[in-house]
Amino acid sequence: MSTVTNTKKAPAGERIADWADGRLGIYTLAKANMRKIFPDHWSFMLGEVCLYSFLIIILTGVYLTLFFHPSMNEVEYVGPYVPLQGQLMSEAFNSTMHISFEVRGGLLIRQIHHWAALIFLAGMFVHMMRVFFTGAFRKPREINWLFGFLLFFLGMFTGFTGYSLPDDLLSGTGVRFMQGAILSVPIVGTYLSMFLFGGEFPGGDFVARFYSAHVLLLPGIMLGLVVAHLILVFVHKHTHFEGPGRTNKNVVGMPLLPVYMAKAGGFFFLVFGVIAVIAAVASINPIWALGPYRPDQVSTGAQPDWYMGFAEGLIRVMPGWEINLWGHTLVLGVFIPLVIFPLVLGAIAVYPFIESWITGDKREHHIAQRPRNAPTRTAFGVAWITAYMIMLVGGGNDLWATHFHLSINAITWFVRIFFFAGPVIAFIITKRICLGLQRRDKDKVLHGRESGIIKRLPHGEFVEVHQPLSQGERYKLTAHEQYEPAELPPAVDENGVERKIGRLQKLRVKLNQGYYGADNQVAKPTAEEFREIESGHGHH
Amino acid sequence: MKKLSARRRHPLAAVVVLLLALAATGGLYAAFAPAGTAKADETAQSLAIEEGKKLYSVGCASCHGTGGQGTSDGPSLVGVGSAAVDFQVGTGRMPAQQPGAQVPRKKVIYTQAEIDQLAAYVASLGAGPAIPKPGQYNPEGADIAKGGELFRSNCAQCHNFTGEGGALTYGKYAPSLEGVSPKHLYEAMQTGPQNMPSFPDTTMPEKQKKDIIAYVQAVNSDKADNPGGLKLGGLGPVSEGLFAWIFGLGALIAVAVWVAAHTAKAKKS
Repeated sequence: MSTVTNTKKAPAGERIADWADGRLGIYTLAKANMRKIFPDHWSFMLGEVCLYSFLIIILTGVYLTLFFHPSMNEVEYVGPYVPLQGQLMSEAFNSTMHISFEVRGGLLIRQIHHWAALIFLAGMFVHMMRVFFTGAFRKPREINWLFGFLLFFLGMFTGFTGYSLPDDLLSGTGVRFMQGAILSVPIVGTYLSMFLFGGEFPGGDFVARFYSAHVLLLPGIMLGLVVAHLILVFVHKHTHFEGPGRTNKNVVGMPLLPVYMAKAGGFFFLVFGVIAVIAAVASINPIWALGPYRPDQVSTGAQPDWYMGFAEGLIRVMPGWEINLWGHTLVLGVFIPLVIFPLVLGAIAVYPFIESWITGDKREHHIAQRPRNAPTRTAFGVAWITAYMIMLVGGGNDLWATHFHLSINAITWFVRIFFFAGPVIAFIITKRICLGLQRRDKDKVLHGRESGIIKRLPHGEFVEVHQPLSQGERYKLTAHEQYEPAELPPAVDENGVERKIGRLQKLRVKLNQGYYGADNQVAKPTAEEFREIESGHGHH
Repeated sequence: MKKLSARRRHPLAAVVVLLLALAATGGLYAAFAPAGTAKADETAQSLAIEEGKKLYSVGCASCHGTGGQGTSDGPSLVGVGSAAVDFQVGTGRMPAQQPGAQVPRKKVIYTQAEIDQLAAYVASLGAGPAIPKPGQYNPEGADIAKGGELFRSNCAQCHNFTGEGGALTYGKYAPSLEGVSPKHLYEAMQTGPQNMPSFPDTTMPEKQKKDIIAYVQAVNSDKADNPGGLKLGGLGPVSEGLFAWIFGLGALIAVAVWVAAHTAKAKKS
């Protein structure tokens, strides 16, 4: 090596980067994105939990496909698990037994895969609620909200097709449940079922078909959506909470490289670690205890994984109504739940569009709101969660009955009533709480924080000393925007002609007043109010 | 001695003597009575019925009637057989504590000897299934896998995949089978206690009962192993979902809070 070339040659890393840039154009890409700023808040990491558990699911899933046989051919079990030896089962079940008992690390990987799936869905649920309650779905993020919702929705069905694959007695019951729901669809139900199962239930096809859906179709779509979701996060930049120096036009936080790369990379391993520990400690879907599926067998306590518990609840609590007409049966007891299921989920999906229609707010928002400052939305969200949770109770009504020594019939009636009444009660209570918190914020800004110190004045009066907030804290509590409620235009126009006001417009104004009307938000303290109190004698 | 004789007129002397006498007879009874019932001759049998009747009139007659004919508070015991008595009393279900949707399993209050006497008495009221012999219910050498198949076909609907129990209508339930002895499992199948249907030998031969007992012992007893780790009650997706939310997502949120709290600090210059 001569010294001359040595001085001219760039470092190896730079040369590789240069080589790659010449072919991939990574320089401009990296320049634009390496310094991307991400704000710090624990709730902004919920999406990361989802992303990482999704990656873990894909990685472990690939391992499982190496050993799983998606076939319903009947075989006799000859493996090491004694209580099933000699039993007839499908190859799908047999190979899952093989994975669980004979493949090195197979059971651990299976359990990581399944636990990660439950956590993935739970993470998406919480992430979605975070975005909902902070108003982070507002323009420009409505499309990304829909992508996220689609991920949750597809995740449910990827999970469903996944836990159906081992063809065990529990999942087989679940597949039968789904087939029953399909059959209840008027006119086309039978055809759909025959098409999906390749004949009468269960047939010999569904494992192979669910397999392609589970490992290819659904995760393929989801992966695409995840990428699109992340690209949009980059394009929109992340929202951040109110605070000094934080505006609708900037993002205050740490750059992607190096801080967030290190943080996010580390967080991936923490998520993997937590899921691996859980999978190593706690059993999930022990198919050896459940046994192979046979259409003539069923067990009590047959529930789906939690994210399908809502659907299970709907079917469990629905009265078994049916109509018989001209030799045809319309099974309302199953069909109505089948209709309610997408309606309830859809309600939360379309909410951003409804809210922007009601408020008429078409501006861009990059500030995450505090839930209390949007009482009507927060109340709606809590009402929705209440309905969802009550249906989860309905889905597990038998376990509530045995573990709390209650009558299953009483629980079913509770769920029937409170699926409707619960959200209303939750809406009212949540709204009151939000308004109360708004008043408290106002109090804090104007009078400071209660210090708990009681002072006695010379003339005998007792007063509590209030500690004034710092300027930054006051800013945080007053920075949120407050909207004027919409008004209907005067009934007659300037020429005295009666104005035509559409019913839709009347509804919009009415709803808008429900959001911003006098009783629906507490006017935040103004600078004048604050000065007035400050200039007074300090306390009151 | 003087001290003792000085107090023989004490007001409590009679009580002390009575207590001593009771302790002596009770002790003697406890020492000799089991030996008496072990004898399998005709006189021992009639003695057992005799003793059983006494126990019956004290503990059972208020609900089942003085002659076992049943009342509005309890069913007739004519023809239920000794197996039913051995199960109901041997698992503590009888005597019942209170009326309700179902009589729960609780602490056994009679000794096995007393239970045998009660059973002998009830059996004498009318023919019914007899207490099984160990050879009938001992799961040794039974086909566990076959038992599993039978269990899933006949028992799992109410008792869950591995016998963890489940709910029935209006507060009734199928109890957990954990820790139930082979004899009681056999008797339950034979007699169909409370809400359970009975599986007499004509519909479920002795061998099949043995297989089922062997299966329950294999999957739901101290000897059962759980290769996957904690079995979370063996209740399936509901407990798994709760676990995933509380310990899975809970731990991850805690980690997220921790990571967010330890942010990179600007260098002090």
